[in-house]
Order: sequence, then C-alpha cells, then structure tokens
Amino acid sequence: MITPDLFLQVANPQGDPSLVVFVIGTVVKMVAIFTIYMVGVAYTTFAERRVSAWIQDRHGPNRVGPQGILQVAADGIKNIMKEETYPNFASKAIFILAPGLVFVPAMITWAVIPFGSPLPTPWGRIDLVVADLPVGFLFTLAISSIGVYGIVLAGWSSNNKYALLGGLRASAQMVSYEIAMGMSTVCVLLLAGNVSLNQVVAQQSQMGWNAFLLTVAAFVFLISAFAETNRVPFDLPEAESELIAGYHTEYSAMKFSMFPIAEYANMITASALMATLFFGGWDIPFTQWDNAGPWTVLKSVLTFGAFASKVLFFIFFYIWIRWTLPRFRYDQLMSLGWKLLLPMTLIYVVIVATAVLALDMAGVTRGPLFGGALFAINVVLMGVILFILDRGRLISPAHSRLDASGVDQLRSVSRDRIKLARKGT
Amino acid sequence: MANEFFPLFYTFHFYLFGLVALVGAIVFITRKSPVAAALWLVVVMAALAALYVLLGAEFVGMMQILVYAGAIMVVFLFVVMLLNLGHPSELNDIRGKWGRLAAGLIGLALVAELMALSRSAVTLSVTLPARPPADVIASPGGVIGSIADPLFNEYLLAFELTSILLLVAIIGAVVLAKKRSA
Repeated sequence: MITPDLFLQVANPQGDPSLVVFVIGTVVKMVAIFTIYMVGVAYTTFAERRVSAWIQDRHGPNRVGPQGILQVAADGIKNIMKEETYPNFASKAIFILAPGLVFVPAMITWAVIPFGSPLPTPWGRIDLVVADLPVGFLFTLAISSIGVYGIVLAGWSSNNKYALLGGLRASAQMVSYEIAMGMSTVCVLLLAGNVSLNQVVAQQSQMGWNAFLLTVAAFVFLISAFAETNRVPFDLPEAESELIAGYHTEYSAMKFSMFPIAEYANMITASALMATLFFGGWDIPFTQWDNAGPWTVLKSVLTFGAFASKVLFFIFFYIWIRWTLPRFRYDQLMSLGWKLLLPMTLIYVVIVATAVLALDMAGVTRGPLFGGALFAINVVLMGVILFILDRGRLISPAHSRLDASGVDQLRSVSRDRIKLARKGT
Repeated sequence: MANEFFPLFYTFHFYLFGLVALVGAIVFITRKSPVAAALWLVVVMAALAALYVLLGAEFVGMMQILVYAGAIMVVFLFVVMLLNLGHPSELNDIRGKWGRLAAGLIGLALVAELMALSRSAVTLSVTLPARPPADVIASPGGVIGSIADPLFNEYLLAFELTSILLLVAIIGAVVLAKKRSA
C-alpha cells in the first residue's frame, strides 16, 4: 500500500532527497520564487519613484498607506480597471501576446540562479536553486537572447510608425549588446572551466570574486546589462522626445503596465546575474565557513541574505544611474557597442586566456595567489581603459589642456576681432 | 536521476515536442504573412531545442535557442519588418502550375524516402541516454567538456578553417555594403 510515509521517510539531511521530496521541494521553490519575484518587481517600481524623488529632492509617492507603501496596490487596481484599447489594423493575436513575451524570459532565467547554500531538511538536502542545470550558464544566455521578441512584436503589431521604429531600435540594440555581453562572460567561463552556475559560484568562493579577477569583463557586462534591459542611458527604444513612447505607444491599461513590469523584472534578473557571475553569488565575502558542508539552516539563511543584499544593491545601482545620466544618441549607442566594447572584450579574452594559461603552466594553484595575479593585471588594464575613455576630461582637467602660449594666442585673436569690429563701425 | 523513475515522463515529452515541431513546421510553410511565418519557425526551433535537451544533448539545445531563435530569427524579423513586403494576400511564393507540380513531386519523394527508411534495418525506437552524473557536472569542463575537448584538440585545424570561412563572409558583407553606398 502506498502511504505518504513511504515517500516522506526520514532521510539523511545531508544526502540526496528521494524523488518525491525532490519534486515537492521544486514546486515549493517555484511558488516561493514566483511570489518573492512578483512582490520584488512591484516594490522595485515603488523604489524607483521614491529613490528618484530622493535624488531630485522631492517627496515622491507618500500618501497611500504609511510612507506610500500601498501605492503599488493602488496602481495595480487602477491599471486593471482601465479600458483596453486596440488600434485599427493591428495584428490582434500578436498584439495581445507581446506583453507576455516581454515578461516571461526575465522570469524563466530565475530557474537556474542559485540563491543560497543547500538547505538540510529531515527528508534530505534541498539545493536552493530551482533547476541546477548542467548548462545553467548557457541557459541564461539563451533565454536573454529571446527576450527581444516581445518588444519587437509589440512594435510591429501596433500598426504605428513610432512603435515600429521603437521595436526596430530595440532589436538592433539588444542584438548588438548581446554580443559584448556574451564575450564578457566568456572570461568567466575561462576561469570557472564549467557552465554550471553552482560551479561558477564555487570558483569565486575559492579564488575571489570575478569582479576583481575580471574587472574589465564585469565593467562590460554591467554596461551591456543596462543596454539589454533598455534602461537609461540606453532607453532609446522608448525615447519620448523622438518616438512618443516607442514600442508601447498603442498599449493601454494592464497590457501597457506589463511593459514597465517586464522592465523591472529584467532589471532584477540582470542584477541577479551580475551578482552570480561577478560578485560571488551567495558567497559571503572574507569567510570560507559558508562554502562547505555540513550544511545548516543558519548557513542557508545567511547565504540567502548575502545574495539578496547583492541583488538589492544592483537594483539600487540601476535606479541611481537612471536619475544621474542623460540618454545617449542612437549613433553613439551603436558605436559604443560595436567599436569600443566588442573589440575591447575580444582583446581582453585573449589577455585573460594567456594569463590563465601562463599561471597554470607556472604551477600556480587556483587560489588567492592566482586571484591576486589576475587582479594586478586587471588594475593595469582598467587604468588604461579609463584613461582612453576619459579623453583628458577628468584625469587631466579641462583647464590644464591649454598651456599659457595657447591662451595668449586665443586672447590675441579675440583682441584682433574687437579691433576689426571697432574699425567697421 | 529522473530517468530511471520517469521513463513515461520523458517519452511523453519527447512525442509532445515532436508534435509541436511538426505542427509548427506545417503552419510555418502555410502562412502568407512573413512575420507570422517567422514566428512559427521560432516555435519549431524551440521545440527542436527541447528535443535535444530530452536526448541528453543539453549544449546543442541551448545553442539552438541562442543562435537560431535568439540571433538569426531576430535578424530575419528585423529584415522582414524593414522590407515591409505589403499585404499578405498579394504574396505567394509558388507561381504557376509547374511550380506547384514540382513542389508536390519533391514532397512526395521526401515522404517516399521516409517510408523506405522506416522499412529498413535502422532501429527507429527512441532510446534515451542517461543524464550525466553529478561528478561529471562538477569536473573541469562539465557537460560540454566532451564537445570542447575534440573540437579544440583533435579537430583544431578544421575548427580554425571554419572560422576563417566565416571571416571571409563577414569581409564580403562589408565590401558589398561599401560598394552600394559609393
């Protein structure tokens, strides 16, 4: 006779769980992540408004509930109650499908992101990742590459020139920056030697965070992540001064609301990827205590806290950048992606591969010394890159670029002009 | 792990995605609107990727989505939207009765080939490989090591020649683009 006891029998908390526990655990993790993620997305929209208000010295939404925390619910109700409109001659099926297609890829990526050390339960060990795919890393790349469909189709199906232009801009932009993003993550693979995200986290706890070992790659990944999520300074697809609202011009009510929701969902996912690939994932810095068994509940809670605080920092960083920088021009965006980031990352991959090979051949074990050597290389490279990018604006200030003779020359020119003007009168 | 417990689960999904791929392909070739056709092709590619994953070729499955669904089809859509080919009712690929006749004959030949294959000695039953064990996943190289090792050691010359071929294509594209603008 089959009873629940048969499946849920007490097992070694450090060992593999039975199949039934594995399935139940996975379902629980899916529900938990979905809930946390949706609440997180809702409150990121709220955080954006409050942080922008703080940066611009305003109050922001603070009337609905204490400190305005119920504003999110009010917005949701408003959007659901509004009338839905459909533009004439729009391709209706795709028009309805597009808002969902924008949101779903951002959500699926969470399936492979590890968010804590394994949790021991009386029924066996539960890994704190929904699906620990052996190709988890490639999965994130693949899913992020299909994220562009929603935006392109929204633009195309609206039967509106501005929407179509927004959609085309989005597809060109996302395809361009995907290449730089993929090339920057190649360096992570070179170090980790594996495409499982758990192994990437393990490598970082052993050698130090990739943000220090591969600073240039982290820098490129950060820029590309901004472009991939269509956030300022790369929000060209919805540049309101040129394209009204870009690809979602024709959308209304909840279907319109899905686009901002998707934008914030993408932002959280990109933050989580940034944290996992370059900032150690759930690794707690400066300690090795959290990286090895025996696993305890306390370790799971603390590592989840470490992961969450890293993700929250990057969400804040996104908002911070949005209210600090102006928008790029479209040709600047393209030349940054193709003429600067791509060649830079290609050269960087060669440098990192050479360094890793040289260190391996010199017999340096993968540990702090290995990390230190890579860090030294990166400090030098970062200095060179920032010096080139700077073009003498910050490191050598503007006033020092003209020497004394140059200033005299300019003054004499203006003096001559004044004389000429006086003669003319 | 799941393979020993859930053979039915795997077999069911294998046939499910096979059906999705077939239906998607049929709908894809019968659409007159180029955008709709392109989207159905994306469905076919996603279903194929799922089949690869079910057959234990996870790397190939991910590459299928990353390269075909994520890059090539996006560029296709981009071009189709820019060309703006006009109303779907004016578009027809097969012109005249000879075109239709040739298409029908080629289709019949392919079906006959499939029938001949199904009667031959080749076994067509689906055998699902086991999932890689945990120690393979954690080893250096992981599950893609078995592809990377021969590619960059044994077949390095062929690999480099292929990349030079791609480079030639890129340079050709640049040259063509320059000629038109001059």
